[in-house]
Amino acid sequence: MNRYMWPLAIFLVLSGLLYVGLGLNPREVPSPLVGKPAPAFTLPNLHEAGKSVSPADFKGQVWLLNVWASWCTSCRAEHQVIVEMVRQHAVPVVGLNYKDEERDAQYWLKRFGDPYVASAVDAEGQAGIDWGVYGVPETFVIDRKGMIRYKHIGPLTTESVQTKILPLLKQLEGETA
Amino acid sequence: MRWMAMALLGLWVVTVQANVEALQFDTPQMEQRYRHLINELRCLVCQNQNLADSNAELAQDLRRKTYEMIAAGKSDEEIIDYMVARYGDFVLYRPPVKGSTALLWFGPFLIFIVAFVLLLRILRRRGKQADVVLSEQEREQARRLLDDNDEDMKR
Repeated sequence: MNRYMWPLAIFLVLSGLLYVGLGLNPREVPSPLVGKPAPAFTLPNLHEAGKSVSPADFKGQVWLLNVWASWCTSCRAEHQVIVEMVRQHAVPVVGLNYKDEERDAQYWLKRFGDPYVASAVDAEGQAGIDWGVYGVPETFVIDRKGMIRYKHIGPLTTESVQTKILPLLKQLEGETA
Repeated sequence: MRWMAMALLGLWVVTVQANVEALQFDTPQMEQRYRHLINELRCLVCQNQNLADSNAELAQDLRRKTYEMIAAGKSDEEIIDYMVARYGDFVLYRPPVKGSTALLWFGPFLIFIVAFVLLLRILRRRGKQADVVLSEQEREQARRLLDDNDEDMKR
């Protein structure tokens, strides 16, 4: 009895470990910044030369930071989701235009719609490094106190907006600053 | 001759490009620290490559950042803390020993100890089992079977 139970037990344990392990996405690096204050930056505004954009401008609000670039193909699909989300729910979304050409970015927004309350130009990618960005697109949710509460890696989809972003925004808006 | 020189120069440029960016360091120690760090830090975008191996754009940026921080006189620890604060333990090729990584560090030893104990137990049990003694009748039976087999072989 015992002799046959052992291989079975080992098999079951291994299956369990593999089931969990292979289900994880190795490309998804959990951010240490969730639960920490949003890193500061002061970057040029994409639309108004001479003006700047900074996370401090949005203190007291619940807002999103969406990291995107015109050279990023999956951003294009995501962009429609963001445009739609902003149209329906009036969420303040700040665009962080990551390592892009300004003219390309401006053209892109003209062509596909501009859902952003402000667009910051991170030409060198330094703000990206500070925010722990390792791939575009990425989206952060920041609460009224200026804390990062959630990071979405990869393109937002209608589903992830419905199931994750909007419920979280609702919850965070209920919190006091 | 001039053509040869040009070709050689071209080759040199190619080899330098293929290597990590050509950087100027104040001291050889700085360069050594730089090489050590970019070998220890992991590329975020690519799976299982360090910053030195990768040509991904982010890896280039982080190499540049490492270089800048060394040039600015930061210590290795400060540079590693800087990276970990932004990207988490994932950037380290040697994860730190702490609660959440205990299984990773000590799991193999645990498995080894369990396997060793099991092996000892099995061996001890085997040792206790006395050699099987056959009765005279069984011996006869075995002999007959073996003889049978011999005849089969001859045929």
